[in-house]
Amino acid sequence: MSKRSSWALPYLVFLIIFVVLPLLLILMYALQDAEGQFTLANVMNFFSDKDSLCTFAVSIEVAIENTVLCILLGYPVAWILANKELNRSAVTIVLFILPMWINALMRTLATAELFSMLGFTLGKGTLLFGMVYDYIPFMIYPIYNTLCKMDRSYDDAARDLGANGWQVFWKVTLPLSKPGIASGALMVFMPTVSTFAISEFLTNNKIKLFGTIIQENINSSLWNYGAALSLVMLVIIGITTLMSNRSKASGEAAVI
Amino acid sequence: MKKLFAQLYVWLILLLLYAPIFFIVIFSFTESRVLGNWTGFSTELYGNLFHNLIQQTGTGTLTAAIWNTLIIALVAASASTILGTVSAIGIFNMNARRKNAMMFLNNIPMINPDVITGVSLFLLFIFLHVAQGYTSVTLAHISICTPYVLLSVMPRLYQMNPNTYEAALDLGATPSQALWKVMIPQLRPGMISGFILAFTMSIDDFAVTFFTRGTVGLDTLSTYIYTDARKGGLTPELRPLMTLIFATVLVLLIVINIRQRRSAAIQKN
Amino acid sequence: MSKENSIISIEHLTKTYGGKVVLNDINLEIKKGEFVTLLGPSGCGKTTLLRIIGGFRTPDDGVVRMDGKDLSGKAPNERPLNTVFQRYALFPHLDVYENIAFGLKLKHIPTAEIDRRVRKMLKMVSMTDYEDRDVDSLSGGQQQRVAIARSLVNYPEVLLLDEPLAALDLKMRKDMQLELKELHKNLGITFIYVTHDQEEALTLSDTIVVLNEGRIQQIGTPADIYNEPVNSFVADFIGESNILCGTMIEDCKVSFLGHEFECVDKGFGNNVPVDVVIRPEDIYIMKQTDHAQFTGTVKSCIFKGVHYEMFVDTDGGNEIMVQDYNAFEVGSTVGMIIKPFDIQIMKKERVCNSFEGVIDSPESVEILGASFPCKAHGLENGTSVKVEIDFKDVERQDNQEDGILAGEVHFILYKGDHYHITVRTDGPADFFVDTNDVWDKGDLVGITLNPENIRVIPVRRDE
Repeated sequence: MSKRSSWALPYLVFLIIFVVLPLLLILMYALQDAEGQFTLANVMNFFSDKDSLCTFAVSIEVAIENTVLCILLGYPVAWILANKELNRSAVTIVLFILPMWINALMRTLATAELFSMLGFTLGKGTLLFGMVYDYIPFMIYPIYNTLCKMDRSYDDAARDLGANGWQVFWKVTLPLSKPGIASGALMVFMPTVSTFAISEFLTNNKIKLFGTIIQENINSSLWNYGAALSLVMLVIIGITTLMSNRSKASGEAAVI
Repeated sequence: MKKLFAQLYVWLILLLLYAPIFFIVIFSFTESRVLGNWTGFSTELYGNLFHNLIQQTGTGTLTAAIWNTLIIALVAASASTILGTVSAIGIFNMNARRKNAMMFLNNIPMINPDVITGVSLFLLFIFLHVAQGYTSVTLAHISICTPYVLLSVMPRLYQMNPNTYEAALDLGATPSQALWKVMIPQLRPGMISGFILAFTMSIDDFAVTFFTRGTVGLDTLSTYIYTDARKGGLTPELRPLMTLIFATVLVLLIVINIRQRRSAAIQKN
Repeated sequence: MSKENSIISIEHLTKTYGGKVVLNDINLEIKKGEFVTLLGPSGCGKTTLLRIIGGFRTPDDGVVRMDGKDLSGKAPNERPLNTVFQRYALFPHLDVYENIAFGLKLKHIPTAEIDRRVRKMLKMVSMTDYEDRDVDSLSGGQQQRVAIARSLVNYPEVLLLDEPLAALDLKMRKDMQLELKELHKNLGITFIYVTHDQEEALTLSDTIVVLNEGRIQQIGTPADIYNEPVNSFVADFIGESNILCGTMIEDCKVSFLGHEFECVDKGFGNNVPVDVVIRPEDIYIMKQTDHAQFTGTVKSCIFKGVHYEMFVDTDGGNEIMVQDYNAFEVGSTVGMIIKPFDIQIMKKERVCNSFEGVIDSPESVEILGASFPCKAHGLENGTSVKVEIDFKDVERQDNQEDGILAGEVHFILYKGDHYHITVRTDGPADFFVDTNDVWDKGDLVGITLNPENIRVIPVRRDE
């Protein structure tokens, strides 16, 4: 049986070529000038370029707002769907995933058209709503999963010990569903920061997000600066992943 | 009362989620070239779509984009299903330390936002001087889909009674017979859902395709829509296309659901 | 055991996993048609032994022969024996019929023949009406029958069974035991059965092989094993027993519980310390005390369905377990008699802790990798010595750090008036401790020794 472990070797090679090497290339290009000489100029440029910094700040802001909105709107949905008394049908959760089968760009364009038809000006407000449309299923699903797996006897135990409905929710259900919120947040936050195209469509090119300036630089053959911007993203991904892993770990510890 | 309120909330969110889709569906039944402009009921766009699918040729057309999307998705999903399953079996048989290392690598493409994956693969193909086109897009899709296949096959391996493989050997099967007659049939549900997931991800992908398609004019549905939208109006035939995709998926899900329920009912009896 | 009618012979089998010896020089002959049970606590190596016979594990050393032919290097599918797995291992994607036909189809046996044999098997395990059923829809007992049929349909000469009844409830287990016994009788093939359940082993087997810590402790018929256990492990593991410290005064005369008893054992020598095993049902208990060999006070009395189980404090200061059909009131004084042939005498496996050590300073000796202060009597550094410590002189520290040597409580044996405890250390040998304190298995403890209690005996070079 142990010989079977070698079956993963091709994939290991594949991962090294198509995942590890490309990430190293981002690092390499970010630390080189157009002639291939080592330089820190690209990274320094980002911190001195007001436009980039500004877009960066806006992206983070929009991503945080989007994540919070998705939690606020999505948590109740997940909670209701996971509650056997309130929802008996397994079909409802499928209905929340179904829209993802329609091309995201197409959906976004339709949303933007719908907004203009209803007389809304495209801008920050429509951007946020459009983003919530696109990403709320990614928030609902992990929370729903965590809630479904949760042992109902915790609820009963809390009630038995004298907690009322709200106290059960605040002191037991919510803390225990933290891992679900954490993975949901991870699946919403990062893609929002780095999204491109979607933000342009939803704001009629008024608001650019970080993904857009990466794309613009790459498309105008400014690979080194584009790579430097990607490197900044990678650092943030590293930090958020670590943070969410930690909160997941503590959430699991709480369950134990 | 509480139940009514809960139901109301869920359906309200669903309504918001589906509004743009219904919008597309409704306006697929009118001739207007601009979305949101109702010029009376017509099925002409459907007619055009089918006509184009049969007649239209050449790069840069919607028909070409549809075929590209389907072919790339089929190839990428099949390749990732094979690669993902074989690797899942391999990783499952590793010791804990190697297993963790492999799963860590496997998770990177899933955590990375599409833009970063796209840029990094773009740099890779530049660096390796690989001409960008069908091959680069397909390879890129395999790299983003395989982790999901792996994750849907893995639980099946854990659920599988490890003795069934040994039982097959014990009853006279060679290791390869045991693999094909006992292991693969048990992994099949995970492989199928992995394939579907990979297929969907490939069809839906925009960012990675955008960065790896090169300059030869290769378009998938996503990049076609993007270019179209940047140019100004959307090709109107996209509306009936999206409506048909939505209808197909809806019907499929309903069928799957009914079948599941029926088999659950049979199990109960 | 004559070699002619032996079907499986195992010679010098050894297996180590990550430095831990799982099987230690196993030698075993299994006769044709025999029902052999490998019995032992979990982790004793019994399942590993079965898996080596089945071909799922490779031994580090030693050979398994079947009909005189070496099975080494033969894959499981090339061995003429079949296994019934612990959790059945039925193929979930095949129905009952297809599961049973699996092995025959692989051998390309004609369909008609397959059908005939599968139906015969279905009938034999009384599952005829279930052939089209999904295996997941069957109960545990039914799955077990299918698993047995799936193996037997291949007409193996030897059937290996790995705790096949462990997942069933008690009632089902009892029924299946009878069916297995019946099956064995009718088929006449060899069964090698693994279990940790001593009752099951006593019920089913022709021969029981008791294993502990990778070594065979005793091989014998159920009656042999029960009535004449060779050491305190077997006595403790098989059935209930009172294991007591005693002294063999002379042939046929032994002293324990503070009294002298007649017995039937000879040849231990005079005034030799021994272990004495008395089964609780072999102690005759009665109200009057005049004819009794010894007396005691009933401490507890519990009804066990058929008999009463009582703990009695004896006049000699021991606590013993007694089983009888009559109940005796708690607190009452009772008299007891033990017949000579019910007394099983065992040679003591050890009388004190004995280690090899080296003097590492004028005031200390190194044993098991730790340095203990002692009276070295002016021996030179580096002198090899034998170190002895009495069981009662080993001191326990509740914190591992407080001890000179750290260990884990590994085995606890009650000996009537004290516990005899095995403390497993990281070193090559165990510490044995006699104590009245209650220790729990798995406790992590530290060990210290009073220098006064360490006996250092120099080892002569020329010896």
